Amino acid sequence: MSHSILLNILLLAPLTSAFLIFLLTISTRYTKQTLYTFLALSGSGLSAMIALYISYSSYFEHKLFVSHLFTWLNIGDFTIEVTLKADALSSFMLLFVAPVSFLIHIYATGYMHKDKSYGRFFTYFNLFIFFMFLLVLADNPIIMFVGWEGVGLISYLLIGFYFDDIKNTYAGNKAFIVNRVGDFGFLSALMLLFIEIGSGGFSYHAIFSNLSSIESPMLSLIALLLFVGAMGKSAQLPLFVWLPDAMAGPTPVSALIHAATMVTAGIYMVARFAPLYTLTVDVSLLIAYVGALSAMFAAVVATRQYDIKKILAYSTISQLGFMFMALGVGAYSTALFHMFTHAFFKGLLFMGAGAIIVAFHHTQDIRKLRGIRKSVPTVFIMMLIGSLTISAIPPLSAFVSKDAIMTVLYASHHLDLFLMALLSSLFTALYMFRMLFVLFFSETTYEATLEPSRNSVKSMIYPMAILTLLSIFAGMLNLPEIFGGNLHISCWLDLANRHFVLSHTHEIVLMSVNTVLILSVIFYAYKRYAYKDTILKESNTGFVANKFYIDALYNLIIVKPLYLLSVFLDRKISHELIDNTINSMAFNYRKLGKFFSILENGNVRFYALYMLIGLVLGFIYLFLLLKAIL
Amino acid sequence: MLKAYMILSIILFSIGMVGLISRRNIIVIYMSIELLLNAVNLSLIAISGDLGDSSGHVMSLIIIAIAAAEAALFMSLFVVLFRKKGSLDANIFDLLGSKYES
Repeated sequence: MSHSILLNILLLAPLTSAFLIFLLTISTRYTKQTLYTFLALSGSGLSAMIALYISYSSYFEHKLFVSHLFTWLNIGDFTIEVTLKADALSSFMLLFVAPVSFLIHIYATGYMHKDKSYGRFFTYFNLFIFFMFLLVLADNPIIMFVGWEGVGLISYLLIGFYFDDIKNTYAGNKAFIVNRVGDFGFLSALMLLFIEIGSGGFSYHAIFSNLSSIESPMLSLIALLLFVGAMGKSAQLPLFVWLPDAMAGPTPVSALIHAATMVTAGIYMVARFAPLYTLTVDVSLLIAYVGALSAMFAAVVATRQYDIKKILAYSTISQLGFMFMALGVGAYSTALFHMFTHAFFKGLLFMGAGAIIVAFHHTQDIRKLRGIRKSVPTVFIMMLIGSLTISAIPPLSAFVSKDAIMTVLYASHHLDLFLMALLSSLFTALYMFRMLFVLFFSETTYEATLEPSRNSVKSMIYPMAILTLLSIFAGMLNLPEIFGGNLHISCWLDLANRHFVLSHTHEIVLMSVNTVLILSVIFYAYKRYAYKDTILKESNTGFVANKFYIDALYNLIIVKPLYLLSVFLDRKISHELIDNTINSMAFNYRKLGKFFSILENGNVRFYALYMLIGLVLGFIYLFLLLKAIL
Repeated sequence: MLKAYMILSIILFSIGMVGLISRRNIIVIYMSIELLLNAVNLSLIAISGDLGDSSGHVMSLIIIAIAAAEAALFMSLFVVLFRKKGSLDANIFDLLGSKYES
């Protein structure tokens, strides 16, 4: 079947190129950079094309692509099949994951130009898309978990990519360990699912058709634990702490993994388990509130950050919070659509930040990067469009997607959620334009050049241009009825959405109020930050500047006690008890050996004496034995 | 009568043993070994005479022949040892002992 071959190629192309690059990297140190570039781009480019074809035929012809690879486990009644399946939801994920990955690959060839670990970088990068495809295309949660762990691993490797600086390694460890907490939830949920309905097969279809046989408290527990997994991967309160630190990795990594694709795995997972979450309304509501709190929290914290990439990282947490809000009230395709547009504009913003970082020799502090509009005009325009998009200004794509979220929140009669979302979106505009005005509108200017003649710079600018276009126009795909669209994407995905009814006048009022509020926030940001030194006068104290002391709190209640316990175990138990016991045993054996070696003096006469003593003792023993017997 | 032969054999053997252990001169040690051998020979002959079986005699004759060959070998060894160290003190020849380990 040609269809299954397509899926296999889609999955294996990045793996193959990763493997080839890896072989080249370890075999010779003098490989031409062009060869790496060719391999990396051909792997990701091929899968991007196939992904576009698959989502095209899924969208227009409702084709279902299935490819059964092999049977992994076969224990009694229980089998795990490694099956790839591209249904509507998976095709939708492919539609943005593959092309955005490809664009960021192109961008990375420019960003990593002449880096000494060029080959290693693209090995990880291609491996990452392999695992991401595995996660998205898996037909049962176990294969999905393999992909899930795989992307986590690559994320760890790439955060600590420049491992000569110990801080990067710490950041990588933090990401890995915090994600473990989430994975614990995911894994427990899978085990519970297996105990409850494992006998009926473990593909999604089998699970969802057997859901009704689980009792409702257990169902809630499973849903909650699954959400803990999503919380870890998608960096929601309280497991968000790894994402801001993950910015230690190179910028293309932040763009690809920590903004556009991997962090959306949590959203995808909750949407994939939509039949489960529609049955557990309480847990769904909890998801919505966690999302709302995260969105608010991250947006507020972002207003006081100074590192370009950290601002964008908090903004990612905030946008993911929006998606969880929509998931929580049951508007799955709305959330997914925001994820879709988010991949474009967040990728664009990160790429812009990366371009600035390259141009200004790895300065990331916006207080030092002021008035750079003249130096990097192209980047300025693209960042402006990106910021306008994320702030949801009509008619850009995020306006469509975020407004859809606002509408469902309003229509779901959870007014508190709606207000929190509104507030977060206002803060979004504030922190984005604070950054933008500080960076580009200032009297003090810093000079630098991003020479457009260099090929590496070209390969950074073109993907950004494409993403800019996508950020502007991607919203067209899911226009609400009010603008003459008919929610194409939602129809395509056909998830177990709850339907919300809101009259068109309500909707228009909502939109215009939102837009006016956001515009006024932008105006406020202009007044406050443009051509002024306000940013330098901000103090470093207070709740917001210290991220509400959450990192400090975690340090105090988790890291510190664990550290002290480890030190105690190391010093007292391991060192003094175990090591000393073993060492003293060895020492005493040595002393004993020394003592006995006196006997072995090489003198034959003494050996004869020992033999005599032995003989005498042997005879005495024999004598006593015989006496006892007779 | 056998008892007297055996007692003599034991006495000879003990003298040989004590000589082997306590004396330092290699030639004396060799003589002690001969004494041990002859103690055994004596007991063999005595027992075979007592039993009226001549195989013990044969055995002891072979032992005497071998001891003669041994003696020739030992003499040449003494010469080599003396050339090496200039002495025949058994305590000097302890190269296999533990005090030579590094």
